[in-house]
Amino acid sequence: MNWTIIGIWLGALLSLSLYSFLYKDNPIYKFAEHLFVGMSAGYWVIYTIKNVLIPNWWENLLPAEGGMQPIWLIPGILGIFMVLRIVPKLASLSRMSLSLIVGTGAGLTMTAMFQTNALAQVNGTIITLGQGGGWFNWVSNIIMVTGVVCGLVYFFFSKAHTGAVGRAANVGITILMVAFGASFGYTVMARISLLIGQTQFLLFKWLPTMGIHL
Amino acid sequence: MRLFVPLTITFVAGIVMILQFFVPATQSMGESLQEWYMIVASFAIFIGAANLIQVHVHRIRFKGRNWKYSPVTIVGFSVMILTGLIFGIEKGTPFNFLFLEMVAPMSATMFSLLAFFVASAAFRAFRASNWRATLLLISAFVVMLGRVPIGAMIWDRIPLISEWIMKCPNMAGQRAVMIGAAMGMVATSLRMIFGIERSYLGGAD
Repeated sequence: MNWTIIGIWLGALLSLSLYSFLYKDNPIYKFAEHLFVGMSAGYWVIYTIKNVLIPNWWENLLPAEGGMQPIWLIPGILGIFMVLRIVPKLASLSRMSLSLIVGTGAGLTMTAMFQTNALAQVNGTIITLGQGGGWFNWVSNIIMVTGVVCGLVYFFFSKAHTGAVGRAANVGITILMVAFGASFGYTVMARISLLIGQTQFLLFKWLPTMGIHL
Repeated sequence: MRLFVPLTITFVAGIVMILQFFVPATQSMGESLQEWYMIVASFAIFIGAANLIQVHVHRIRFKGRNWKYSPVTIVGFSVMILTGLIFGIEKGTPFNFLFLEMVAPMSATMFSLLAFFVASAAFRAFRASNWRATLLLISAFVVMLGRVPIGAMIWDRIPLISEWIMKCPNMAGQRAVMIGAAMGMVATSLRMIFGIERSYLGGAD
């Protein structure tokens, strides 16, 4: 049995089943959709067990050298408390686990996000206007600095957007509209490249298995 | 007591994570806490899986909407779990085969389907109703054109303009959003650490 051919056919038939939704919602699409949901969930459960829980928890709890490290029982117990959320009578135990996740996440986010998303971005915006040389860079750098400052003014709701603040906020909206348009265009192109990839798979991998060469 | 213990855990964990950033002596404690965080958070996937199975079993039992497809989900889930646990996940195993030949193509197809929906949504939403909407439309159009060969064929400057839009006004807008979001995150994190924001505990106060 040629497993490569079977794999190509499975992938192609499932892809075509999902694409059938472009015509209209139909039983073949629903079948593939439900299969995708089930298999993806199964994949992520196994991935988490094998790549996160076994190396980070189990192997620390029971090291290969022998002996048990009791301290690692704590995250295990908290993990089990988390799962107990599905048992209504014991659901309140999951609060302990959630507290650890929320507390650690909040502390981590506060420092790391503030450093990368606020300080580093402010630092990147404080540039010499003539950096790079030439009038075009001058204009670009002015747009960049003005855009960031006015964009922030637009997000500042503690003061009414009237007068000078209103004018700055208007410039901010304009820059944000260009940015959202660019991000949208970029996202569409990423999806299109996936579509091209799948179309190439069907045309150049699947069709040749039936003797059709393009 | 019902709230005291969870709020104390949140406070201690949050403070340790902030301290480890500034005090080198607390770094190892912070690293251990991060490992614990990863382990405990990973257990959440079992809740998701249990919930998925529960929903579909319920749907089959009470013959809910589209119940005939629910066994497909349960079988797909079980097959992945069994092959993963019995044969492992290394290259060449049935689990790996199922992932590469079924899950990965379906995932790519699902995301590529979005290209059609995004395009149709854009057609409806991107009406050049005012000059700012027109600006958004032009910016998106130029970025898209700049990333395909036909853009350069129409005018060789289009890829350069697209690059400039990405590097200058787009970067400015993204930075404003990022800085604003970071400020919001810092405020929310502080509220959680100090127990002002408690909605994650189920709305009880």
